[in-house]
Amino acid sequence: MSFLEYAPAPESRAILSLRDSYGLFVGGEFTDGHGDPLDSISPADGSRIAAFATADAADVDAAVASARRAYDKVWSRMPGAERAKYLFRIARIVQERSRELAVAESLDNGKPIKETRDFDVPTAAAWFFYYAGWADKLEYAGLKNPRSVGVAAQVIPWNFPLMMLAWKIAPALAAGNTVVLKPAQTTPLTAMLFAEIVQQADLPAGVVNIIAGAGETGKALVEHDDVDKVAFTGSTAVGRSIARSAAGTRKKLTLELGGKGANIVFDDAPVDQAVEGVVNGIFFNQGQVCCAGSRLLIQESAHDEFVERLKRRMETLRVGDPLDKNTDIGAINSAAQLARIEELTAAGVNEGAVSWAPECSLPDEGFWFRPTLLTGVSTSHRVAREEIFGPVLSVMTFRTPAEAIAKANNTPYGLSAGVWSDKGSRVLSVADKLRAGVVWTNTFNKFDPTSPFGGYRESGYGREGGRPGLLSYLTEEKK
Amino acid sequence: MTRLQIPKTYKLFIGGKFPRSESGRTYRVTAAKGDFVANAAQSSRKDARDAVVAARSAVGGWSGATSYNRVQVLYRIAEMLEGRRAQFVDEIRQLEGASASAAASQVDRAIDLWVWYAGWADKYAQVLGSANPVAGPYFNLSVPEPTGVVAQIAPQESDSLLGLVAVVAPAIVSGNTVVVVSHETAPLPAISFAEVLATSDVPGGVVNILTGSPAELGPWLASHADVDALDLTGAGSIDWIPLEAAAAETIKRVVRPSDDLDGSLQKIAAFTETKTVWHTKSLI
Repeated sequence: MSFLEYAPAPESRAILSLRDSYGLFVGGEFTDGHGDPLDSISPADGSRIAAFATADAADVDAAVASARRAYDKVWSRMPGAERAKYLFRIARIVQERSRELAVAESLDNGKPIKETRDFDVPTAAAWFFYYAGWADKLEYAGLKNPRSVGVAAQVIPWNFPLMMLAWKIAPALAAGNTVVLKPAQTTPLTAMLFAEIVQQADLPAGVVNIIAGAGETGKALVEHDDVDKVAFTGSTAVGRSIARSAAGTRKKLTLELGGKGANIVFDDAPVDQAVEGVVNGIFFNQGQVCCAGSRLLIQESAHDEFVERLKRRMETLRVGDPLDKNTDIGAINSAAQLARIEELTAAGVNEGAVSWAPECSLPDEGFWFRPTLLTGVSTSHRVAREEIFGPVLSVMTFRTPAEAIAKANNTPYGLSAGVWSDKGSRVLSVADKLRAGVVWTNTFNKFDPTSPFGGYRESGYGREGGRPGLLSYLTEEKK
Repeated sequence: MTRLQIPKTYKLFIGGKFPRSESGRTYRVTAAKGDFVANAAQSSRKDARDAVVAARSAVGGWSGATSYNRVQVLYRIAEMLEGRRAQFVDEIRQLEGASASAAASQVDRAIDLWVWYAGWADKYAQVLGSANPVAGPYFNLSVPEPTGVVAQIAPQESDSLLGLVAVVAPAIVSGNTVVVVSHETAPLPAISFAEVLATSDVPGGVVNILTGSPAELGPWLASHADVDALDLTGAGSIDWIPLEAAAAETIKRVVRPSDDLDGSLQKIAAFTETKTVWHTKSLI
């Protein structure tokens, strides 16, 4: 028996007591929605989890009106110290219910339980903890006369459902805004569990409103006249249309969009750590990460050995049941996303890249894609330019630091980059020249509520995390 | 016999040089009372694109200069402005119809605002940046960096010099380069300002000044893929909403029209990008 054979260790679903259907969360209550209800399924086996009401235009109106009332009458008048206590309370309840949230997230999203348990949910709690403390310290945020913006419309993606919710709601509430949040169509479950947490925390009605739905619901929300702030995380194409629709309005806009992050490995890199970092950079969350290190740039002299080491490591990745505690790589979130990954990977091979994936059996049901390496990629290939948003790594080479920087920056995106080298002075000067909002040196995919995150260029604008993340929800009042 | 005056030919300022519009077009600049003053160059789409090329090529040098160097270069411009104070006052009086004291006050404000911004060049990163106490063994720094090439419409209502300074200074202080469309009907202070820049130490291409119609030039700049940010501060009197919409195509940073010309750190921040770098600390 090789060390790769192991007994299944599934996390129990017994901790969940899900309802058969969830309404919209508006004005502190679960209410009926008037859009077509949607069933959320487990991407690991296609089974139905629950039905979710969706919001039509009138429901969006009601949700925004609820947020406006709560803003005018309660939240904007409440002392920051009181807002802070509500946020600390929410952070604690997220921690207390963390096991349940982790299981629900893995079930609904398809990501491995070890990620939801050790990353998504703890990070969500940390975000509330961090911003809770800002609520009564806004005058230290860097504006002369800080004021909340008003009602925030927030639209989030399916790749980190609960964590993205926390990234949006925590700073918005700390700054004194109220919110209407729309979770992604395929992952509404943890947002609705969060609505229950909002009730448990006794947050004043209407401060947080959560409405499920597809693209039309999101469009109605971000284009609503009574919204003062729009925060969107998702594709660059949708971000572009939101920016267009916000033109000429008073709306303050922040966008966190796509990426095609370069992970640069110099020939003096600590190889074991670099292999782990590269694997984490592209296979974390099945590569469905906007800041994934999806372009691997290896110094030419180190290429062959590094690729061999990488393949050896990839052969030990365990692909399968997201709820199994041994699983490294779970299910792709949806059939549509799987189709996109398959299409782009095939295009890479058609354009001349060599595709390699470890031998591993995949479950019969659900949406699955093997961790895949594309070697011999050139900078003009689609797989070097377009965001795949899946477990597919495009490998290229470089000779000099200048060439590595030029290749890394050769993209309209600018979200993330990685640098691997034992030479500190080189790491620092390369990091200086990378046009990316987050640069990880000798590490990758690290996140912290104190640390600003967001893009250059077509990866968006505005930051989440840290003091800049708070400024995304504040405005400077002229005295 | 009175001496015949020598009128000046006003041209554009692109890449540190003073070309005519490639279109060969000019337009009449008149005094507030309507008398002919000069023919200014009527910039075309091609001029706008040339200016963007010049601005792009200047980004590396200007943003790569040390902040101490940028402070000195910018302060030097204030020294030169002071030396030409009388010329600016005359132009403003003539074109805006301002009183002598109002014109003098505008020039004083413009120079003082320039000095205020100059001093931020080696401070804004300290004030806007942060050392982040992350929960792990990492040295974590966030630093604002210039966005790149900023296209700007200078204020059009009045304040032909102050308005120009109020948009150009906060953009270039961090290391951005700009293409700015000057006040349309009172463009002469902008071109005199270009003469100041040309004889100062600011590298060619850092500030590029176009005279002509903001309504005509705006769409080309807003949709230009090599422009990183669009400053519509002075665009309130033209049809600016389509410009913001066009800027969405390449996710440009956009500043909407405003009549606030006061100095503000947030105006510097508007054209910066926060870069966060995580450095591993070894476990010892």
